Amino acid sequence: MELLTNILAATVVAGTPLLLVALGELICERSGVLNLGQEGMMLMGAVAGFAAALSSGSLVVGLAAAILAGIGMSLLFAFMAVTLAANQYAAGLALTIFGTGLSAFLGAGFVGQSIDGFTRVAIPLLSDIPVVGRVFFDQDPLVYLSLLIFACVAVFLRKTRGGLLLRAVGESPEAANANGLKVLVVRYLAVAFGGGMAGLAGAYLSLAYTPLWTENMTAGRGWIALALVVFATWRPERVLLGAYLFGAASILHLVLQGLGWKSSTELLAMLPYLVTILMLVLLSWNPARTRLNTPLSLGQPYRPGR
Amino acid sequence: MTAALRLKLENIVKEYPGCRANDGIDLTVEAGEIHALLGENGAGKSTLMKVIYGVVQPDEGRMLWNGHEVRVENPAQARSMGIGMVFQHFSLFETLTVAENIALSLPPEEARDRGALDQRIREVSERYGMALDPRRYVSTLSVGERQRVEIVRCLIQETTLLILDEPTSVLTPQEVTALFSTLRQLAKEGCSILFISHKLEEVRSLCHNATVLRQGRVSGDCQPAELSAAEIARMMVGDDTPISTQVSTAEPGDVLLDVRNLNWKSNDPFGTSLDQVSLNLREGEIVGIAGVAGNGQDELLKALSGEIRTDSGSMRFADTDLGSLAPDQRRKLGVAIVPEERLGRGAVPEMSLADNALLTASGQGLVERGMIRFGKVREFSREVIRRFGVRCTGENSAAGSLSGGNLQKYIIGREALQNPRLLVASHPTWGVDVGSAVAIHEALVRLRDEGAAIVLISEDLDELYQLCNRLGALCHGRLSPLAPTAELSIEQLGQWMAGEFESGEVAHAAA
Repeated sequence: MELLTNILAATVVAGTPLLLVALGELICERSGVLNLGQEGMMLMGAVAGFAAALSSGSLVVGLAAAILAGIGMSLLFAFMAVTLAANQYAAGLALTIFGTGLSAFLGAGFVGQSIDGFTRVAIPLLSDIPVVGRVFFDQDPLVYLSLLIFACVAVFLRKTRGGLLLRAVGESPEAANANGLKVLVVRYLAVAFGGGMAGLAGAYLSLAYTPLWTENMTAGRGWIALALVVFATWRPERVLLGAYLFGAASILHLVLQGLGWKSSTELLAMLPYLVTILMLVLLSWNPARTRLNTPLSLGQPYRPGR
Repeated sequence: MTAALRLKLENIVKEYPGCRANDGIDLTVEAGEIHALLGENGAGKSTLMKVIYGVVQPDEGRMLWNGHEVRVENPAQARSMGIGMVFQHFSLFETLTVAENIALSLPPEEARDRGALDQRIREVSERYGMALDPRRYVSTLSVGERQRVEIVRCLIQETTLLILDEPTSVLTPQEVTALFSTLRQLAKEGCSILFISHKLEEVRSLCHNATVLRQGRVSGDCQPAELSAAEIARMMVGDDTPISTQVSTAEPGDVLLDVRNLNWKSNDPFGTSLDQVSLNLREGEIVGIAGVAGNGQDELLKALSGEIRTDSGSMRFADTDLGSLAPDQRRKLGVAIVPEERLGRGAVPEMSLADNALLTASGQGLVERGMIRFGKVREFSREVIRRFGVRCTGENSAAGSLSGGNLQKYIIGREALQNPRLLVASHPTWGVDVGSAVAIHEALVRLRDEGAAIVLISEDLDELYQLCNRLGALCHGRLSPLAPTAELSIEQLGQWMAGEFESGEVAHAAA
């Protein structure tokens, strides 16, 4: 029981960075913009957050720096992909390559240093519930923040006018423009939100998950998040589920190794990616529901005024 | 009708690269007036509407709204002034509900209370006889219902000028009648209506006044009820273009194509499946398939062409089982296809006319032992251009550089010169100028007289009645019986288009 609770708690922690970046990408894609730069923005967030926290001694300053770094990167992307209507795939890939290189360059001096990262803060009363208390209410503050953001995103998409605007622009920017909606503004905001969330996810890695900086420390989570959003059919609940599934599978491989499982570590390390995608493929079975949630204009540049 | 001036345009000019879409247009619309804007495709109607609705800005000219000069910066401003627009290609979001679609075009404070909004939508839609359920997803609505959503969306915002862009092209005749009575009711209440169309009979029955455009200029103002359709058509096309085809009677021969209980299931949840489609076709006759867009026309064409595979055994062509053959094998048997989309399916826009000829006519000796005979390709292409009066700079011009009408003449000509036994043509004159449409109709009739069997899929009922020996309609992937054109009333066809096949079934429909 003790072991299971600990595994579940570790699952949530492992799933949180993925949840953060995927929620950001979800909003971004719902506006019809596909940003393949997640990995680059996460790395920039991670290095900026670590550097700021180290030099200021404040984790909150670190977080703010990470979010700003993410937003800054995403605005660069938005300028190319939204304002100049460049190819979104190419612009996103360029952003990832740029972010990977730049973060390694900026972070070179920080390798090997460490800080005191975020630690667990138990919520009174709630954390006393067996199992659930430890898993969800005895975690670091960023886990709580991620759950709060998740709830906000879910409500925003379904219940608010802003969410309606976002879905409308993502389905058909032409029709949105004909209806007098400001397509470019909506897309800019969505891309910036995605950038901020990617920065935050990066900071989670360098300030909470493993409070240090190493080159390329995101280890492909940005790419997994992209797949997660698609297989979650652009629905926040499924993104949450997928993120924790990924977390569970990545904990599982550590547990299995600990238990002396005789198998190659490479195969086990593959497990989280495999399990997550398989599970979500099975979930995204109903084509009618999927189509209602798919942003039809995804990946298509939009030039207004014709 | 001595009402206040609602809208006055003076000397509107809008230039696009390489084309002066509006060249000094004047237009006045009074309160409570139904005003027609007539013209061929490319005459500048759509551009003028976009100027009024603020989608594009004019390069020159003034716009007066209720007597005051205004500059409409964007559609939101136009709406707040009281200008509403129903687009030809609807500006609705399919993945949202009716109420959500309408909420998007309202000011935020009016859209906040969804319950109240639902109630308002119901009230307005019932008042004008256009029942709507605010909770339904737009993707589940028929084309006619979608148009209602657009109109209700305008009315809910207290619109005083309603612009309708070719509103009847997607409706059954009964739906058109219902729409017209709604519009008349609106006009009585003081709403001005700008009705864009190229269907002259409709304009004559509905509109008080008309402005006719030709090549970006006003070619005349008139009261359409007092002129004949032919006189108005002359104003639209000018003096030197033929405006109608004389169709001789046909003498059909043996049955060439026999389709029995053809089924095909669509993978797309919102797509149309073909359900028990049966039709037969004789040599030397034209069979017309009417229907509102999206009811299986494209699927039927693809099933005949072989682009989608159906069960074998349900289609017999002469003595062969067509269903088991691939598209190129069918082509060798003499099946020619003219799809709806000219650019992308009928022709490759970036390739020259000659290369486009090669794509379907390679069997006409243009390829020998795997080598392309470029001389022959050019010769074939020049022959098409000459015989069908295609206006272009030669066989090397890119297909995409031709006007819609000229490219369509080329595509039809390319198929016709291969002496097909069966030609399936979908919307061959859609978006085509009157002169080209006449040429295309003549080409089809000539093919028929030479013994070819033709399936003509179209939304243009005038075209179908003019050319076809027998007519039927598709609805939800089901085909009505086929009846001889002379014995089929337009009301009956309208019911078929709406899916009511049982009412008044024609006795010799199976003939």
